Amino acid sequence: MSEQRVTLITGTRKGIGRFLAEHYAAQGHRVVGCSRQAPDWEHANYTHVAADVTDEGQVKDLFARVRKDFGRLDHLINNAGIASMNHSLLTPYATVRRVMDTNLGGTFLFSREAAKFMQRAKYGRIVNFTTVAVPLKLEGEAAYVASKAAVQSLTQVMARELAQFGITINAIGPVPIETDLIRAIPKDKIASLIERQAIKRLGTCEDVANVCDFFLKPESAFVTGQMIFLGGV
Amino acid sequence: MKDQLLPFIVETARSIAEEQGIDVSKELNDSTRLFGEGGLLDSLALVSLVIAVEQGIEERFGVRVEIADDKALSQKNSPYRTIGSLAAYAAQELEAKKAAG
Repeated sequence: MSEQRVTLITGTRKGIGRFLAEHYAAQGHRVVGCSRQAPDWEHANYTHVAADVTDEGQVKDLFARVRKDFGRLDHLINNAGIASMNHSLLTPYATVRRVMDTNLGGTFLFSREAAKFMQRAKYGRIVNFTTVAVPLKLEGEAAYVASKAAVQSLTQVMARELAQFGITINAIGPVPIETDLIRAIPKDKIASLIERQAIKRLGTCEDVANVCDFFLKPESAFVTGQMIFLGGV
Repeated sequence: MKDQLLPFIVETARSIAEEQGIDVSKELNDSTRLFGEGGLLDSLALVSLVIAVEQGIEERFGVRVEIADDKALSQKNSPYRTIGSLAAYAAQELEAKKAAG
């Protein structure tokens, strides 16, 4: 078994996922990342696996590979997610299903397979992604917000189910961060959202990594089922 | 197939029970009750056993089976009742998966 801590991160091709992958690779973790398409970056401590987080067979293949190549899994960061910015009355059902499949389904599949792996070692850290749009009940994102509310419930229930195995599972709720996910949102909408935060600025990838670091710490063994929202929301 | 799986399940149940500090001085066989009254394992150890059996089957036979599916939990006679019933159920799922290619 590898001496190196193994950190699995979903959605690492760009944005926050890429930042976190490079952040933990730089700290000496063996980082395994995935996305449907190959990334245009690399790192000595990083292994990329092409996988669709909603495809159960591909997800299981990925875990089989981690088991075979590294023999351990310490951390899972369920970063992969998609948004849909639209009024509920204008949202196609196919979009709702796609958003639920990726955000809830993908998080469920990875958490389940990771916990099966981690329970043997009686140790594991899982970090999920919610959003401040859940507590803010943000209009214009019904499908996205509902999918993330489901991720919060999943996090809280799994926290109780996995506690006996020494596995913690928590979620981080970022404010808008300059990534592709928010590029399509009108500037005035972002400004009004920031106005509802205690600390009025866009978030950064460093802000997200800081909360992730806290959840992943071995000393955070007594912290589970918790949501930490950025910006004082 | 069940006979092939039985020794592996007995050994896995024994090692998981030992890990959990459960007394396994008695002989484990086909009719050993896994859970419930007089059962060998608590619910935590039972979950670990089911996962270990799934992983063991994948490693030995190269076939992915799900013995922890809804069907397994809803059957009146739970397939997790005894070591023998778990082996029979796992064998049935393994053969179904093999037949499906």
